[in-house]
Amino acid sequence: MMLRWLFASPADRRLLGTSRFRGPTPWVIAIMSFSIVIIAATGLALANTASSLSDAIQARYALEVPNGGENLDALVATLKAAPGVVSVQPVTESDMRRTLQRWLGPAAQSANLPVPALVNFDVRTGTDVDAIAKRLQSIAPTAHVSAHRDRVAPLLRSMRALQWVAFGLVLLLSAAAAAAVVLAARGALDTHRFTIEVMHGIGATDLQVTHLFQRKIALDALVGSIVGALAGALVIAALASGASLAGELTGGARLPAIDLCILALLPFALTVLATWVARAAVLAALSEAL
Amino acid sequence: MHWAWQGAGPCLGTEGRDSKLPAIAEFDSVGLRYGTGAEVLRDLDFRLAGAGFYFLTGPSGAGKTSLLKLLYLAQRPTRGRIRLFGEELSEAPRDTLPPFRRRIGVVFQDFRLIRHLSAFDNVALPLRVAGASEEEVEGPVREMLAWVGLADRASARPPTLSGGEQQRVAIARAVINRPQLLVADEPTGNVDSEMAKRLLHLFTALNRLGTTVVVATHDVGLISATPGADLIRLENGGLVDPTGMLRNPPPERP
Repeated sequence: MMLRWLFASPADRRLLGTSRFRGPTPWVIAIMSFSIVIIAATGLALANTASSLSDAIQARYALEVPNGGENLDALVATLKAAPGVVSVQPVTESDMRRTLQRWLGPAAQSANLPVPALVNFDVRTGTDVDAIAKRLQSIAPTAHVSAHRDRVAPLLRSMRALQWVAFGLVLLLSAAAAAAVVLAARGALDTHRFTIEVMHGIGATDLQVTHLFQRKIALDALVGSIVGALAGALVIAALASGASLAGELTGGARLPAIDLCILALLPFALTVLATWVARAAVLAALSEAL
Repeated sequence: MHWAWQGAGPCLGTEGRDSKLPAIAEFDSVGLRYGTGAEVLRDLDFRLAGAGFYFLTGPSGAGKTSLLKLLYLAQRPTRGRIRLFGEELSEAPRDTLPPFRRRIGVVFQDFRLIRHLSAFDNVALPLRVAGASEEEVEGPVREMLAWVGLADRASARPPTLSGGEQQRVAIARAVINRPQLLVADEPTGNVDSEMAKRLLHLFTALNRLGTTVVVATHDVGLISATPGADLIRLENGGLVDPTGMLRNPPPERP
């Protein structure tokens, strides 16, 4: 049975003493697990936000008339009558001025400040937006129709780049955890060199010796990664609760069930990685002796 | 008493036994050096008969422990060939060695007991490594500990045992598996004469059951108390023939 090594007899467990969790390995793994869960959650939340944003603006366009809305009613009526247009939402001048106020302050309310007319509208897939734009320009020659997705594209690109950065960080942290496990395995081998020599001398195979260390490191890694992941989950819950500033910033981000499952599996994946690395490191070290 | 002799001919002295018994160990022009140092063993040519009883003697530094290491597969020769149990093992892949090691019992000069394990667990180790269940381990280990007079010290750890007690645990561990080849390095160095007699009795009993026994010792009393045994003498890393009759051994040593 592949996992038989995990269920060592009490006698086998006594071979390496009872110093479990005293070394730094569980704590190092816990820190790595905590960081990995936080970064992975951030990456997944970014991916979901980018996806939601992209879906929301895919079919959305803006009609902009720089010189104001003298013909606004005619433009809105034309839009509503145009084939393929499913919704039309004019932005009122007061809303425009309120938005501008964030940058311009009280000057945004000045009558001398020309405020463009803006109408958002959604279309069905396959709608000829160019034809609609021409029809609008026949009413207001300075009218300009633009796709929301073109304006938001740089933001989406940044968000996708950040997702890859998060993915890379998860890989880097996993590699660092693996390196820590290799060091821990070598340390354990040094500590128990005498026991290993005796076991080899009486006919123990490399696999028999390896299973002892593999099991010990697997348990250390499992405990460490679960503790780290639980701490990470608490932080994520705090961020998502909206009780803090961070919560507000991430208010738009959602982690659906599939993402929560991925996050829940991360500590176990880290444990499997640590166990595999420990096994390889111990087997490699043992092969140097006769 | 027979003297061991060189050559690929008959096995080393086999008084009272069939000299045509298959050899359990064969050394052919074996040499050993550690690193880039001088050879500590050189030109060893001999065969150990199955079910033979051998004493390995020689002054300190003669290479006795190194020769034993070759016998219990803790070291590879730097030249020559060694056959154990009929298999050429000088250059055998390391992953093929454990089954052969399980057929060898070793009593180390420094005992080599695992400090954090009880006497019981130390003695049980070869059985557990060989895959015995706890039910199969319990009886033989208790019996062996009783035999070496440590029945009431089964749960004691080596640091709490005297030198003699540790040596008895080491011997019990070496013989618990009924090895085909028993190698002992100064096994009576830390025990009183009564215990030495009992250990010798254990070794000869195992020998009668077919175990080849090789004992490195300076204990003349031990050697003289084992009339059927053969003697291998090492000096400066080579086999010596104190009688001058290595090539033409007498049927019995005068």
